[in-house]
Amino acid sequence: MSQIKINGVEHTIDADPQMPLLWAIRDIVGLTGTKFGCGVGACGACTIHLDGQAVRSCLTTLADAQGHEIVTIEGLSADGTHPVQLAWEANNVPQCGYCQAGQIMQAAALIKQTPKPTDQQIVDAMSGNICRCGTYQRIRQAIKSAAEAV
Amino acid sequence: MTVITNVSRRDLLKGAAAASGLVLGFHVGFRKLPFAEAAEGPTFAPNAFLSIDQTGLVTIVASRSEMGTGIKTDLPLVLADELEVDWNQVKVVQGQGDPKYGDQNTDGSRSTWQFFGPMRLAGATARQMLETAAAQTWNVPVSECQAQNGFVVHAPSGRKLAYGDLAKLAATMPVPPSSQVRLKDRKDWRYIGKPRAIVDLKDIVQGRATYGIDVVLPGMKYASVERCPVYGGKVKSYDPKDALSVAGVERVVEIPATPMPSGFKPLGGIAVIASNTWSAQQGRQRLKIEWDYGPNAGHDSAPYRAELEATAKEPGKVVRNHGDVDDALASAAKRVSADYFVPHLAHAQMEVPNAVAHWVANTCQTWSPTQNPTQVRQTVAQVLGINETDVTVNVTLLGGGFGRKSKPDYVAEAALLSRMVGAPVKVTWTREDDIQHDYYHAICAQHLEAALDQDGRANAWLHRTVFPAIEATFQPDVVYGSGGELGQGVVDMPYDIPNVRCENGAAANHVRIGWYRSVYNIPHAFAVCSFADELAAAAGKDPVEYLRELLGPPRTLDLKALGVVADYPNYGVDELAPGIANQYPIDAGRLRGVLDLVAANSNWGEKLPPRQGRGIAVHRSFLSYVAVVAHVAVGNDGQVTIPRLDMVIDCGTIVNPDRVRAQLEGAAIMSIGNALYSNITIKEGRIEQSNYTDYLVPRIDVTPDTHVYFVENDHLPSGVGEPGVPPTAPAICNAIYAATGKRIRALPVDPQLLKA
Repeated sequence: MSQIKINGVEHTIDADPQMPLLWAIRDIVGLTGTKFGCGVGACGACTIHLDGQAVRSCLTTLADAQGHEIVTIEGLSADGTHPVQLAWEANNVPQCGYCQAGQIMQAAALIKQTPKPTDQQIVDAMSGNICRCGTYQRIRQAIKSAAEAV
Repeated sequence: MTVITNVSRRDLLKGAAAASGLVLGFHVGFRKLPFAEAAEGPTFAPNAFLSIDQTGLVTIVASRSEMGTGIKTDLPLVLADELEVDWNQVKVVQGQGDPKYGDQNTDGSRSTWQFFGPMRLAGATARQMLETAAAQTWNVPVSECQAQNGFVVHAPSGRKLAYGDLAKLAATMPVPPSSQVRLKDRKDWRYIGKPRAIVDLKDIVQGRATYGIDVVLPGMKYASVERCPVYGGKVKSYDPKDALSVAGVERVVEIPATPMPSGFKPLGGIAVIASNTWSAQQGRQRLKIEWDYGPNAGHDSAPYRAELEATAKEPGKVVRNHGDVDDALASAAKRVSADYFVPHLAHAQMEVPNAVAHWVANTCQTWSPTQNPTQVRQTVAQVLGINETDVTVNVTLLGGGFGRKSKPDYVAEAALLSRMVGAPVKVTWTREDDIQHDYYHAICAQHLEAALDQDGRANAWLHRTVFPAIEATFQPDVVYGSGGELGQGVVDMPYDIPNVRCENGAAANHVRIGWYRSVYNIPHAFAVCSFADELAAAAGKDPVEYLRELLGPPRTLDLKALGVVADYPNYGVDELAPGIANQYPIDAGRLRGVLDLVAANSNWGEKLPPRQGRGIAVHRSFLSYVAVVAHVAVGNDGQVTIPRLDMVIDCGTIVNPDRVRAQLEGAAIMSIGNALYSNITIKEGRIEQSNYTDYLVPRIDVTPDTHVYFVENDHLPSGVGEPGVPPTAPAICNAIYAATGKRIRALPVDPQLLKA
């Protein structure tokens, strides 16, 4: 049994403590906004916040997550009004949209840590997140506009 | 021909219940389909669906799949424009796979050109009927009634009625024939041509959008399937014991292998069924399987490539021939030749193949991210041995498609497993499964030769291409390309050269080959646009000037007169929209138009620092015209960066300029991947790459500052999703030449060759 706090709610999860948080969140807790992309931490689609840090939930086990505050895309804001979400909308970033929860969670952690990121800091923070549709130019723009709004 | 029927009226006549609103079904006439000529009857089926209820809610069905192009927004937007309704009153719903929608195969960059006319007509027809209903209500001439933003207004009296109030009456009215329907003037379009956010935007940024992988049914089991690492192999024997010992694993079952060519059907393998995805994957790792690897177990990329390249050196099947190329080459003032190579590529769309199926009482329901619901229905029915009418195809959002999700093998896996297990089953591929069992973009070797005269003008052009055909995935013993494949950058070569011969050499296939965004245009545009640049260099001329010379005077090409032997389907327009096919010739003037605009907007000719350069390429594909200028910088270590890209598209009438822009930006990124990173290689029949760690795709660090421009005109819409891909890679490679003097003739670019 693992006790995991996700988006402020305690969940008791009866699963192998080595199960990646990704699959526990999706298949057991039932929050599907966090996406599977690669399973090896190479694409960022499964990015969540663990105590405010952006981490890959496919590499974070239930055991790792125990005792920490987990936030998923569903918990980033109550109504989609986090500055990064608003900037994503204003810049019409998504195409297929599948990677965007991970991109947004990564960008939100960046802005929190570095409120006015330079171009290089944006590249460094976001290079672990793949978008196969190729929305990177707008991601860059959106992060800059979110940074201005913060 | 487009026939419209008022479904609710028909239902009324039949005594059906659905009479509370105006329901308009409409259907594109397809010349080759039997129902095309039928006015009404049991085989008559609409291809999209509009309803207005008495509250005024307008529901428009998106019958094409949304994989990121914006089509789920843009086609309903066209209908809404003609309907003259407030977009905020419109609810867009995704249609199931159903023959009543006509063609639903969302590929070939054709949704907009195929459905622009029918959507306009559907909206305009409904608008006209609502006006008639209002006129009848007020007992005034219909000419005094005008639809405006969800209301019909009677100008002389100032009265107005909402569409919702008119829906019931309109539903009883005869549908006017299309000849009597007035379409809006272009100047009156309120949505077409203006940027519009996609309908799923808020759901996406809040993590609420539903992709295939997000579908959950009560009692659903999770499956992970181990497939033979070699195409054409099958299970000899297996031991499920250790897999079954993993907590959460419930069953291990075998999906029978489909013999080659396996087409749309599952590859087969051993499936582990569990209570969650992770347990299924863990169980799978404990499977002990002995494989019969089959005839492809000895297949290696390196000797295969050498074989294709050797074939390209020899004469092949002639597919276009005019003038006398051999004579012109023999008497050339200067002769240029080059060989080009593009490897297999994998789609690597972010959402892996996945599907949910539920087998109940000899029927099957499916939920999947599919580009081709029609094919899902057919394939699932085939593998289960049931009627297509007993298969329900629910279409979710797609986390990328790029052609991979045109093939429903993964849905058929879920269907078979659900029947075996007796419960709903979700199959989720791993990324390794996706990379190692894809329908790969075809490897391709090409040889080009040209004769230049004293002035450097091209007098002869010889192009040989050798690649495994997509058709080989479906039919045995196919070794030559189809007319459609050769019509992607070979026989449709637009340059004004008096002597041209194109040939196709034979190639066997050893993996599943499939459509990948822009398909055979990738290798062909790479070779043709690179070779044009090589000719410019050989002639000592500026590449833009030289391309103008090659393109010749504005004219449309008559491919028969130019010696094209094979069928030229022109991206399907002849077959799918015969009524407008003559609007889409190969137009050298439009190629010139995009070339001139990109040259004007890209600082072409301005000096750059050492080891930086600009390259240009121009190409027609999917009925659209795109020119690209790439500005690259090559480091002393040979690494290529791309500070800026300028892209011009002429795709005729634009529905949603923001989405066209987005598609071009995205196509550029994908093409950068094709040019610089992506490469599938095979050893002993096994794909050597496994994940994003070794199958490389572009990330944000290589993203250029991309500028997109449109040629504005009144031509009918043409393709947008794919045409940005083909010219970008050769523009980059031509820029590398300008920066370093080194020619890139094989992709992906090897930085070792570019070291200072």
